[in-house]
Amino acid sequence: MRREVTSAANVNNDSTSASPERAHLFIKGQCVIPYEDVNRDRVNVCVTSRTDCHARCNFYLELRLEMEKMTRVSTVNGRTMFCHLDAPANAISVCRDATQVVVAGRNIFKIYGLEEEGFVERLNLRVGRKPSLNFSCADVMWHQMDENLLATAATNGAVVTWNLARSCRNKQEQLFTEHKRTVNKVCFHPTEVNMLLSGSQDGFMKCFDLRKKESVSTFSGQSESVRDVQFSIKDYFTFAASFENGNVQLWDIRRPDRYERMFTAHTGPVFCCDWHPEDSTFHMHKVLHRGWLATGGRDKMVKVWDMSTNRVKEIYCVQTIASVARVKWRPERRYHLATCSMMVDHNIYVWDVRRPFIPFATFEEHKDVTTGIVWRNQHDPYYLLSGSKDSTLYQHMFKDASRPVDRANPEGLCFGLFGDLAFAAKESLMTAPQSVGDVGRKTYPGGDRRYPIFFFKKPDVTEQFAQVSSALSVFESEAGSSVGMDWFINTAKSYLLSGKPFAELCEHNAQVAKKLNRPQESTTWTMLRIMFSEPANPSLSTNHNLNKSGNLPLVNSFSMKEMSAALNERNKENRQDNLHSLETNLNNNDENEETEGSEGQAEYLFGDAELDDDDLYSMEHDNQAAEEPEYLLPQEAFPLRHEIMDHPSAPEPVQEKPESPHVSGSETESTCLTPMESINLISVSQLLFSPHLPPKFFCPIVKEMLCYYAEQGDVQMAVSVLIVLGDRIRKEIDELTQEHWYMSYIDLLQRFELWNVSNEVIKLSTCGAIMCLNQASTTLHINCSNCKRPMSNKGWICDRCHQCASVCAVCHHVVKGLFVWCQGCSHGGHLEHVMEWLKQSKHCPAGCGHLCEYT
Amino acid sequence: MAQSCFGHGSQLSPVMVNSEKDRASLLCMKALANRGRLDSVSQQMASHPQYLESFLRTQHYILYMDGPLPLHYRHYIAIMAAARHHCRYLVSLHSAQFLRVDGDPLWLQGLEAAPPRLRHLDHINKVLAHQPWLTARSHIQALLKTGEQCWSLAELVQAVVLLAHCHSLCSFVFGSGSDSDSIPTPRVHHGTPPGYCLCDAANGNTALLPPPAGPTEKAPRRRSLDSSCEVAYLREQIQKSQEEIKERKADRLHSQTLSHADVEEEDEAMFSADPSRFVTDPEFGYQEFARREEDHFQVFRVQDYSWEDHGFSLVNRLYSDIGHLLDERFRNVASLPFPHSPDLKRAIWNYIHCIYGIRYDDYDYGEVNRLLERGLKLYIKAVHVNLLVMEARLQAELLYALRAITQYMIA
Repeated sequence: MRREVTSAANVNNDSTSASPERAHLFIKGQCVIPYEDVNRDRVNVCVTSRTDCHARCNFYLELRLEMEKMTRVSTVNGRTMFCHLDAPANAISVCRDATQVVVAGRNIFKIYGLEEEGFVERLNLRVGRKPSLNFSCADVMWHQMDENLLATAATNGAVVTWNLARSCRNKQEQLFTEHKRTVNKVCFHPTEVNMLLSGSQDGFMKCFDLRKKESVSTFSGQSESVRDVQFSIKDYFTFAASFENGNVQLWDIRRPDRYERMFTAHTGPVFCCDWHPEDSTFHMHKVLHRGWLATGGRDKMVKVWDMSTNRVKEIYCVQTIASVARVKWRPERRYHLATCSMMVDHNIYVWDVRRPFIPFATFEEHKDVTTGIVWRNQHDPYYLLSGSKDSTLYQHMFKDASRPVDRANPEGLCFGLFGDLAFAAKESLMTAPQSVGDVGRKTYPGGDRRYPIFFFKKPDVTEQFAQVSSALSVFESEAGSSVGMDWFINTAKSYLLSGKPFAELCEHNAQVAKKLNRPQESTTWTMLRIMFSEPANPSLSTNHNLNKSGNLPLVNSFSMKEMSAALNERNKENRQDNLHSLETNLNNNDENEETEGSEGQAEYLFGDAELDDDDLYSMEHDNQAAEEPEYLLPQEAFPLRHEIMDHPSAPEPVQEKPESPHVSGSETESTCLTPMESINLISVSQLLFSPHLPPKFFCPIVKEMLCYYAEQGDVQMAVSVLIVLGDRIRKEIDELTQEHWYMSYIDLLQRFELWNVSNEVIKLSTCGAIMCLNQASTTLHINCSNCKRPMSNKGWICDRCHQCASVCAVCHHVVKGLFVWCQGCSHGGHLEHVMEWLKQSKHCPAGCGHLCEYT
Repeated sequence: MAQSCFGHGSQLSPVMVNSEKDRASLLCMKALANRGRLDSVSQQMASHPQYLESFLRTQHYILYMDGPLPLHYRHYIAIMAAARHHCRYLVSLHSAQFLRVDGDPLWLQGLEAAPPRLRHLDHINKVLAHQPWLTARSHIQALLKTGEQCWSLAELVQAVVLLAHCHSLCSFVFGSGSDSDSIPTPRVHHGTPPGYCLCDAANGNTALLPPPAGPTEKAPRRRSLDSSCEVAYLREQIQKSQEEIKERKADRLHSQTLSHADVEEEDEAMFSADPSRFVTDPEFGYQEFARREEDHFQVFRVQDYSWEDHGFSLVNRLYSDIGHLLDERFRNVASLPFPHSPDLKRAIWNYIHCIYGIRYDDYDYGEVNRLLERGLKLYIKAVHVNLLVMEARLQAELLYALRAITQYMIA
């Protein structure tokens, strides 16, 4: 029998009854072709015998009518509710009119009614004294056309169908035991009552006709386990299958020999896939449109694929925090989908695929992993049902979902490469205090193209994310000085590390730091000066201190550190000098050879100190005329202890040497005592400042300070202080750490091309590993200027031609220093000679006639 | 240097194509360069280059690469694991490496000398080695309980992976007779089991038949003979009902443990790295799972907790990248060619899991009997089988341990 179709409304569609009359609407291209009413028994024949592969049926019109009918089913006004199950659930499915839900698991197979007050157990399908493994379900599906028909996938590989209309207790209708391994998924055809698809661990997908005892076709996934199978909603013949190896295949149900399309969707297993249920008005023009497919995998990603193009294209990707076990598009919301995880994470997330970084909504009720999620009604986006391993069944109301976006921090802060600071915040926050202290600040309204940090989206009906419109501010650092590392370069160039007395170096560096607007460093230098040199005034002299007895202890303790080295030097000559013992005592050295003096002396000092009290500074000022050389005394000590190259200023102080020890000696005689320490401490407490403390006392603090700077990244400060303090601190710090600081600083200096500074630092360093940096690559290989052969490195005469090499063209002597030559005629000589020569003549001094140019 | 088991291995797969051979030798070279020696385990595995590659990669990763545990801890844990099965070969190997990574030589005097944190691991080591089904949330909880000696979850996961790896490697070592490698002297060797059956290898329980009197060099060659004994033995068993088999085996295993202990005592004084020092409760051994079934231990259903779905995600989350490496190993061993009977592979795999109480809903265990009988004719390809056994065991242990951790995390 044949009829002509005049309009879609004429479609005879009696889907709820089990009538054998089924309406099919075949659409080829854009034109509707006559359809046939097919007897139920012949449906499969019809489907499988159709050889025209390209003729696809599109059922969306029919479907739509049907679905509209369904939505009319009155839905109860629900609430978030749950019920305890007897056992963990593996999967759930809901019947078409959304009034009942089936829960299946290893030890549970029940149907619950969805009442307003809660779930009501309707039926236990698990019957028998000792239920077989056929009841152990990995998956369950309720037919969307026939409310009495269910199918389960058993963990033992069986595919079972159940007919609720059966009168006996056992509702099992058919049992297919064709799969060899666990069946992971069963799927009814959305519109065809008798068509069931299964996907198994054994790598096969099978299509069953429920009127037959066995499968009608088998699809091979090449021994890769099938994790999910889903019939396309739009395309009658198409189904998608996802695999353990990360692939997704598209099959035409009529062609079991070969998949139609395959692509790799994920790394690792693809646990689930779901076709987009897009309502039919969308993409109406694309008749063969197959829409979007969402896939979820063990790689924690949800991907949305556009299947309508020739090449499958990934259009959205959501990164979740755990493997994705199930994915379900949200009805009526084009961009929303729900996911749950197989492991670790128990929540259910609803994502807007366009906003992949934060879930749109979260349901956090379950205490163990969620194993099944289903939207209660195909046209209702507000109810979600879920089953879990924690043996509960939940109905979640969307209004009760938590919205992570509400808790998210809408402010962002970031530093740019050149020290700029970008700050994005809600517009409302940004506009208010516009005037308050915004130096160097630019506000970019959203539309600024240069900073496309965010974009305005057109308001969308389905868009439910809170509209956050943000403003972006960029704080540019002040042009010039403070940008980048200028301070570093300036500091490196300006710091003085040697060549002057300690106190002056400190003073100078403090000034440098101050000028560069680095008060902390400046203060640090000042502090160092105070700690390690004589109080406050760098020009303070030891002589003066001697005169003023009240200052004696101070002087002792302060100058001691500097002197100690010098004293050591002199000990050879001056063994008997008791200043030696002073030094050792004050330093708390082990070599406590002899202690001279008496307690009486100490008391005297003590009293004296008391007398003079805090007049410290005024006294100093009284004695401005202190001799510089005296002060310099400590400096002299260092050069002798180290390599000569250390201190260019070395020779001068040496001459003063004979004088200074005497001074120190005389002062020590009166003070050197072990009890001195305690006396000092006491007197300190009575003095205005604490300069009484021996420098050694400060070492731990200074060490800490150095480490602090190094950790802060200011290795420059650490190294500079280290060099300036020299022996005062060197032994306190682990050699390796020092070396590390030096290396870092030198590396930095070289990156900024501060070669001279870097070289100075290397020269001044006391670490062997650093100093030898200067010794590397110092060889210069030269060729003989006559025979052009390489010179042996001995002497200045070429071995081969026995001529003097590199002879100055002006003075005819061998050049042993700087040699300059003309690149035109390759004659040259001593730099000064050539320069002088060229003042008088333009021609080459060698007389070759070349017009040399020395620039 | 290791004796030549290599020839033996390559003999086993004459089909090995040239490129594969090259690959194998390249790997061996690499291993040789890395370690300064090529252990016989690697030599044996070289007949399956692809597998060897992933094996070495995993082993290298867990022993030397990024991970929460310090290097000497790792080797010490490996020693503890190997000692549980009295595998001298691995114990001495890891003792040497332990010292090489600056481990305290004192620790090698025995478990009592090790820090308490490591000693705490002994219990889970014992359980995993012999009766992994006993692994429970409480074990994990006890180890993670905050205190001075507590473990972090990440450390524990690495430790568990190490333990499982070494336990299963013991199976391979015994199964392939590489244990003789451990004795540098030409002394007559007692510990090597020339005859073994699948379950023994899986358990790491050793000598079933009287130890051979001949020099070690002959051990590999004798193997084909031994495996025929094996065939006979199993064939005999296959006739019986499954229940009976299990009972018998349990008995046999008991006696075996005893005889094994005797052997140990005999050797005790002669080794620097005596495994028994690292073992407490030496009587604790494998017990037939089937017997315990009526107790409160539930059968572990793979369908409820599988490596692919659950184990991988957990282990990879807590010890990054290890999941992929192990996954590759399992995949590689699953794709080893079993030309005549692909079902045999599954039978062996599932049988090993069955021994440990892990059941597959979708497997007919009657098939084990049917297939193993026929399949054992091909049993000569022992390296295959050993690999399979090792991996199956590794996975079984991991599944139990990871499930316990999961349970801990949920609670």
